[in-house]
Amino acid sequence: MRADLADIWVYLSASPLLGLAATLLAYLAAWHLYRRAGANPLLNPVAVAVGLLIVFLLVTGIPYGRYFEGAQFVHFLLGPATVALAVPLYRQSSRLRTLWLPVGVAVLAGACTAALSAAVTARLLGATPVTALSLAPKSVTAPVAMGISERIGGLPSLTAVLVVMTGILGAVLGAKVFDLLRIRDDGIRGVAMGTTSHGIGTARAFQISGEMGAFSGLAMALTALASSLVLPWLMRFAARLI
Amino acid sequence: MEFLTGMTILVVYQLIGEVMALLLRLPIPGPVIGMALLFLTLLIRRGAPAPLDQAAGSLLGHLSLLFVPAGVGVLVHFHRIGDEWMPIGVALVLSTLATLAVTALVMRVMMRLAARGGEG
Repeated sequence: MRADLADIWVYLSASPLLGLAATLLAYLAAWHLYRRAGANPLLNPVAVAVGLLIVFLLVTGIPYGRYFEGAQFVHFLLGPATVALAVPLYRQSSRLRTLWLPVGVAVLAGACTAALSAAVTARLLGATPVTALSLAPKSVTAPVAMGISERIGGLPSLTAVLVVMTGILGAVLGAKVFDLLRIRDDGIRGVAMGTTSHGIGTARAFQISGEMGAFSGLAMALTALASSLVLPWLMRFAARLI
Repeated sequence: MEFLTGMTILVVYQLIGEVMALLLRLPIPGPVIGMALLFLTLLIRRGAPAPLDQAAGSLLGHLSLLFVPAGVGVLVHFHRIGDEWMPIGVALVLSTLATLAVTALVMRVMMRLAARGGEG
């Protein structure tokens, strides 16, 4: 009996099914916990799910590479989800038409602030150049940030982790910063959230209002666009300073 | 069936975006081009078909799930993050606060300028 169970475990731990099932179960558990706690932003579902999965992988000894063989099916959907942002964007197109200039300038300022402040702060506090460069695209949505990281000389997989951390931080801190600055317009809140915290911030924004979500999604897409154009150039310039 | 049609539209637009990025050597990522093309299509069609609406809603409703696998990647970088936790942590928090504030304030100033320009 024990041998049978061991055989089944050997089979399961080598199959992509286990990584996929664990990802979905961890997220559902985190999601229910988040709802139970009255959508407390400190219990961000991504952070809780990642924590549960890390404990699971450490306890079972399954390496990340094997886990990702299953989890990649979820990771892959980031691409179609980015395309899907066109739908909420279209619904806000009438308000957008009047706001394209403020949104564009704000996103450009935000994207440059994100990259420069992160890379320069880390470097000044003693981080290695590779870590500082990996930090630069941290406000850009994961698949795009990984591409930028590779181009400017960072580590794409480290960037992916920093992107998720930035997303969670922005989702947690956003409301407090907006209250402090007395920003009540859902359009402005959404643009700041999406520029800072890409999809994780956008997921949080959609929970607050449809308008905030749509503007956050727009800002996330524009940040990806602006950062892929500007960051390689900006980091070459910053490398001379730091 | 509706969901399948909607997902197919999304994947095909992503594919077109990726191919355009490669062919034209654009520095813009494929999914972002796909999103821009779908947005233009919706503007021309003046509306989203129901299957697309449904698929987009399902994907965006749980957008944060899609970031979980990348987040677990922290396991691979335990050493680097352990060695450099202080600069990384401070940089992440400061930069997140700065980005939130700068983006929101710049947009508010720009909206006020635009409103004043509209009146004058």
